[in-house]
Amino acid sequence: MAVADRTAAIRPGDVLAFVTLRNEAFRLPFFLKYYRALGVNHFFVVDNASDDGGRDLLEGESDVSLWTTEASYRRSRFGIDWLNWLKFRHGHGHWTLTLDADEFLVYPFCDARPLSALCHWLDQSGIRSLGTLLLDMYPHGPLDGAHCPPGENPFKVAPWFDPGNYMVSQNPKYGNLWIQGGPRARIYFADTPEKAPSLNKIPLVKWDRKFVFVNSTHILLPRGLNLVFDEGGGEKLSGVLLHAKFLDSFHAKAAEEIERREHFAGGREYQAYHDVANGPHGLWCEWSERYINWRQLELLGLMSKGNWA
Amino acid sequence: MKPGFVMLAHEALDCAAQVAILLSEAGCPVHVHVDRRTRKAEFASFARSVRDLPGVTLAPRIACDWGTWSLVQASRDGAEALLAADPDLTHVALISGSCLPIKPIEEFKAFLAAHPGTDFIESVTIGDVPWTKGGLSEERFTLTFPFAWKRRRRLFDLWVSLQRRFGRRRRLPEGLSPHMGSQWWCLTRETLEIILEAPDRAALDRYFRRVWIPDEGYFQSLVRLYDRKVVSRSLTLSKFDFLGKPHIFYDDHLLMLRQSSAFFARKIWPGAHRLYRAFLHLKPPTNVAETAALIQVERTFSQAVIRRTRGRPGLIMAGRHPRPGFENGLTAAPYSVFHGFSDVFHGFEGWIARWTGARVHGHLFGPNGAEFHGAHREYAGALSAQAGLRDYDPEAFLRNLIWNTRGEHQSFLFAARDSQGVVPLLARDRNATIFVITGAWALPLLRDDLPIAEVRREAARNQKIEAAFLEQLRERQAQARVLVWSLLDFLERPAEHLQEVIDTLSPTEPHLVTELPAAKPMEGLGDFLQALRNAGMSPHLAGEAIDPPTWPGRGSRDDKHDQRQFLS
Repeated sequence: MAVADRTAAIRPGDVLAFVTLRNEAFRLPFFLKYYRALGVNHFFVVDNASDDGGRDLLEGESDVSLWTTEASYRRSRFGIDWLNWLKFRHGHGHWTLTLDADEFLVYPFCDARPLSALCHWLDQSGIRSLGTLLLDMYPHGPLDGAHCPPGENPFKVAPWFDPGNYMVSQNPKYGNLWIQGGPRARIYFADTPEKAPSLNKIPLVKWDRKFVFVNSTHILLPRGLNLVFDEGGGEKLSGVLLHAKFLDSFHAKAAEEIERREHFAGGREYQAYHDVANGPHGLWCEWSERYINWRQLELLGLMSKGNWA
Repeated sequence: MKPGFVMLAHEALDCAAQVAILLSEAGCPVHVHVDRRTRKAEFASFARSVRDLPGVTLAPRIACDWGTWSLVQASRDGAEALLAADPDLTHVALISGSCLPIKPIEEFKAFLAAHPGTDFIESVTIGDVPWTKGGLSEERFTLTFPFAWKRRRRLFDLWVSLQRRFGRRRRLPEGLSPHMGSQWWCLTRETLEIILEAPDRAALDRYFRRVWIPDEGYFQSLVRLYDRKVVSRSLTLSKFDFLGKPHIFYDDHLLMLRQSSAFFARKIWPGAHRLYRAFLHLKPPTNVAETAALIQVERTFSQAVIRRTRGRPGLIMAGRHPRPGFENGLTAAPYSVFHGFSDVFHGFEGWIARWTGARVHGHLFGPNGAEFHGAHREYAGALSAQAGLRDYDPEAFLRNLIWNTRGEHQSFLFAARDSQGVVPLLARDRNATIFVITGAWALPLLRDDLPIAEVRREAARNQKIEAAFLEQLRERQAQARVLVWSLLDFLERPAEHLQEVIDTLSPTEPHLVTELPAAKPMEGLGDFLQALRNAGMSPHLAGEAIDPPTWPGRGSRDDKHDQRQFLS
């Protein structure tokens, strides 16, 4: 059901962001601010039965088109079907970002070159999709102490990440990379690493009606869109999605998900998180790295400039 | 000096207009050719914005295809029109709509005045150019190319291969020596008039119409044909990536462009407002630290080529996942592995660390998890010591460790008891130096007080794993540097072998080893090995000596001093 349809304002060449969310009102002001600054021209939001006031907030934004639904999150495959449909309708021929409200794109030169520069370069290079690593960010200390007021940068309270423990393999069916690791693998999935969450994402795509996301933003069809990496030894331009999941809001969310049994495998993932994250250090360890800027991520090898210079 | 400009534009015409205004205000005529494929509305608004500028004229529009004659035609007709319209014109420079003057035009004029009668055009004989892509250099001039490469790639490729197969070659026009170079030039009136008025111009044009990328060869060859005073250098800074696509300049290149010795730069991203603001309002003079700037520009763009084509060895990430054989190095840096040593010596880690300065870990692949240096639960990069995670992808574990500790040599202990999943990587890795004492597993068994049947089973298991390990190290594709001793061989002359280890790891700084690690107890080793044989198991990897050395090793004849320390 459309609450606010402002899609008529979209112009050719605009960069569009597509988001599904549920009860993330406190994140929205910073999320919108962050992506507006990068140069997103229009936001498509599918709100899944939020009751925290986020809907009202979004309704008032002139560059947001809002849909809302009560349908089950799981039955619509994590909102991807909704977004696929919206992209089919509105995304064709545009560069599109498909995001969760806690994902923040960082790419080489993002402090000096807006998304339109990136997309222009990708166009010139004949590249249709940009690969990223989903980088879990966390505080030093128990999650309950990491409070991020609305409008604030969540990475002020959660600036830490795992710099070098990622495992990469290739999915033979779709050709995409499968990346695992980070604090979640280190803490929660040490004995069942095959169940550790996927950290490979392809959020930025020059959309075409023929394209479709298969599984969250991990896998796309046609397969060629998943080949965002070089196989001959070189590096292709790639980015990082900073993941602001691990804040004090996390436990409430986890509890809710467990109750709803809606998320991945009936919320099993969330159950495990609950205990450890509130230890004295939380997810932090001695070798955690504190986020500075994109250059740091490039040097660490978590993203690459490719041949963008 | 009065230079005029031919500007070829096809997109971002608002940027092109800003440059045209600047040139016009500096008193230079500008003749703009806009690609016929550019949308009508965009052209109309561009035409409106430059129509009333003094000296700005618009060329009749033709459709331009990359790499075809149309570009030469547009630039040549433009030069002809400029020269005819203004008899005072001394030079014509060719620029594109995405070029930006990065020095004041007054400085450009002064530069031309300081070099009278000189043509600035990059012009290199085809044998010497390093930048041709796709194997076409000389063939650009000897084959024909009637199909547009960008729009009709298959026909283009087919036509090239047909001509190659049938050995079809064109005859070069009399006296023409093919030269190539950057498309952006600045030529004198005299040179252009000779080219434009040449009696055989029709024949030359006919020939160049079928040359590939004639805009990088037509003027570049003709200036040589007419023997003009050429400085082979483009006054336009333009960099190409490994596929021959031009690099784009952004706001963050401002400093680099300011320091460049060129007068123009291309291509500029149309949204680089800071660059446009900075360079459209320049006041002379500008200061240039030329060589430093040149090095900086070269480095930035040559690093991009290396990164895109070779990548960072030992790194696997979202943008880099090499197929087997394309890794350019499986790990980021050299490291060493000590197999069996911890069964022979007490405190071997500390000893080898003292003698090599390396970071020495315990059994990184031990059954109870990684024994990181300092018994850390995590290590560099937040690598976890937990066995389950490590054994899920042991190659990633080691690759990550070596990547995360770049700049520091890593060493670790290994044994047949350890998780063996990493062995295929170790064997293939040129960065690995692996020291192996085979059969060292016999020593802890000797010291254990287990029934012989159990010992026998355990010995057989260790020996089998170790044999598989050695087999992988000896495979044809193996690249690791490997030194192997059997236990009995090693015990025969331990000081000598440990010296060999140290020499292998630091070949440039010879250290005479004066202190040896303490040996673990090994009384009765000979009897023990014989007992295993009697129980029906042949411990051949421990060494074939029928009568093993009684401890201390009888082999050391000349270095008693070392031997004594070894015992202590």
